[in-house]
Amino acid sequence: MTLAPASDQLTADARGRRRSARGGGSAPGRTRIGYVFVALYTLLALAFGIAPALYAVVLAFTNTDGGFTGFDNFIKVVTDFRFWPAVLHVAAYLVIWLIALVIFVVALALLVHALRTRWLGTSLRFVYYLPGALAGASSVLLWLFVLDPTTSPVSGLLRLMGLDSFVQVIQPGNLPFIFAIIAFWTGAGGWIVIMYGALNNISTEIMEAARIDGANAFQSALRIQLPMLRKWIAYMGVMSLAAGTQLFVEPQLLSQASNAVVPNDYSLNQLAYQYAFQQNDFNGAAAISLILLVVALLLSWVFVTRGGLFEKE
Amino acid sequence: MVGIHTVVRSSRRSAVTVAALGAATALLALTGCSTGGSSTANGSYGFPEAKQDTSSTITVWVDADRQAAAKAFEKANPDTKIKVVTYDGSANGSNSFRTKMQLFDRAGSGWPDVVFSTQNNDAAWASQKSGGKQSFAAVLDQGLVPKDKLGNFAQGALIPCTVGGHVFCLRNDLAQAVLWYNKSLMDQFGYVVPTTWEEYQALGEKVAKDHPGYIIGAAGDAWTPEVYMWASKCEANNVTGPKAVTVKTDSAECKRAASMLDTLRENGTVPVVSVFTPAFVKNYSGKILMMPGPAWYAGAIFNNPQSLNVPAGQLGVAAPLPWKGDDKAVTGNVGGGTWFISSHSKNLKAAEKLAQFVTTADDYQVALAPGYPAYAPAAKKWVSKQESSKYYATSLQPVVSAASQVWDKWGYGLFSQEAIWAKAMTPAITGGKSIVNLLPTWQQAIENQAKVVGYKVN
Repeated sequence: MTLAPASDQLTADARGRRRSARGGGSAPGRTRIGYVFVALYTLLALAFGIAPALYAVVLAFTNTDGGFTGFDNFIKVVTDFRFWPAVLHVAAYLVIWLIALVIFVVALALLVHALRTRWLGTSLRFVYYLPGALAGASSVLLWLFVLDPTTSPVSGLLRLMGLDSFVQVIQPGNLPFIFAIIAFWTGAGGWIVIMYGALNNISTEIMEAARIDGANAFQSALRIQLPMLRKWIAYMGVMSLAAGTQLFVEPQLLSQASNAVVPNDYSLNQLAYQYAFQQNDFNGAAAISLILLVVALLLSWVFVTRGGLFEKE
Repeated sequence: MVGIHTVVRSSRRSAVTVAALGAATALLALTGCSTGGSSTANGSYGFPEAKQDTSSTITVWVDADRQAAAKAFEKANPDTKIKVVTYDGSANGSNSFRTKMQLFDRAGSGWPDVVFSTQNNDAAWASQKSGGKQSFAAVLDQGLVPKDKLGNFAQGALIPCTVGGHVFCLRNDLAQAVLWYNKSLMDQFGYVVPTTWEEYQALGEKVAKDHPGYIIGAAGDAWTPEVYMWASKCEANNVTGPKAVTVKTDSAECKRAASMLDTLRENGTVPVVSVFTPAFVKNYSGKILMMPGPAWYAGAIFNNPQSLNVPAGQLGVAAPLPWKGDDKAVTGNVGGGTWFISSHSKNLKAAEKLAQFVTTADDYQVALAPGYPAYAPAAKKWVSKQESSKYYATSLQPVVSAASQVWDKWGYGLFSQEAIWAKAMTPAITGGKSIVNLLPTWQQAIENQAKVVGYKVN
């Protein structure tokens, strides 16, 4: 669809790579073993990625009896009173989270990379990465305690902000920030480590040349490291966007923990879940998922083209 | 998603890929459709039965608290094989009971034989056909459960289970709201237990002046409307048919309760704090003069070492309050679990035996059950057992009479009034908005939610 230019670039790129691989003179046996390696992934991707996605497409354009309904399901979900609030919730969350992610991850990675003391850099990277070791749901459970002033280790801070009870903490206006903080806390560490790796890839000669030219740490970060990180930042943006539009676990658990004060239809994915499992309307759920997919693809396309993700050196 | 799509495109083996995908989808569609083939014959209980096998093991879904019921049944009926599965009881708006049954409906197999739900509005969906499949709940009043047993449930106890004139579940316990109070504290302060809501409010204003810090209720839970609005005959949830509801939150009945709550919240005697939070226990232990709330508050918060832990001999109970001018008091209802028998069960006899046991047998309802039994003969014995424990400072008779005072113009629809209140009202009230001013918001929220699940709103 709208992805055509990007995918053309990609295919061109892939073809180019294949050609160059062949040019490298790979033995014929190596390609065969390659297929074996790829086979397992392909099978799993077909069974759990492609097939369900196609099934969702079929569902989105049909009714429960399987009859073609055109765009009826889409009209139904878009006119649902819960749809636009959910869109706004996810959008607010995405804006806060993505901006925070890009700024802080890059800044922290640059900072750690600039550290001269080896053990300090290593331990900092470890500390950043640590929260990511907790799987999604369990980290949200941990946050349930942090957010409740009666149990929170930072209750003083919460009270300072005038938040004396759990319900006050989870006021609707605070939620996008809360979800962004949780997502940052769990996800940023991994990205910092990746960015650190990317910084290590920048050749020392370039950095040395910059230093000889009289660039200080700030200038070389701004004029050399940042531009060379552009692709990695775009990559982080695409991946985080795809994950972020699917906001689900955090509001779902918070909803249960707050006895539904945080609504169970806060995000679009939750709304799709409501459609499928509360209203038994899998077609409506599929329509929401498809809308999400199209929007995520469009936004990813922006990141891909702006970030030059598929440009050749 | 993005990754997968791009990978497929880059492979450029479109014909093969499309063919493979087509085959995969077809396979998926086939497996999705070829289910539910088990042969059914018309049964003698008013619904098509699966082929019966009276020796088969039955699967029972209970929440953590009801495991004791399943254990008691096993002890009393060692010959009946049961498999107990613990789930969340569909509590706190998780709606897992319905979610799971709909998935079994799609799969065409896997239903448990007996299910306990902590909610009382499940009959609204369980009694209806789902995607062309027969309803999950077996109809109980057409021979499956003996008529005399059904007749012995307390008056009105089976209303949440009744859809279209037929009974689809058995009530585990009743949750009628009464006025709990601390007799020792009331005597110490020289207060008289109010007999109308107007007196209740006046007493609240007095407490705020004379004994600040003490409270006469709480309004932070999702069942606030069920305790205060329902008891005020506020017509917010008048389910008039299987898919019709009347919602009028702008009536004088709604406004009087809302304005009372506003006044008492303002002066601190009815805080907007959930009774199940650590903050509530910390701030109000030993400071609760009165507390309008369901029958199960006694065991769940007052006589519970983990909660308020009120010492024996202090807790009293008074009848539900009327509003001035109303000829008699009505009250609300907060939950009260229900037991369902699956219409797909392969061993209806054993399933019925279990459902009947857990709702009517003294071994569970009198000996172990924490809540007020819905089955009247058991309730009688339960009350005398509670009274003989000497925990209460007064007779429990008000709880018994309140059981039949639940106002019948508040229904049990497909949508959860508690979830609506929690979502639309609690954050706003906590944020300081007046409940009277929020009544139109509440109206809109109920209408929206009702329409989404297919109700016609009047």
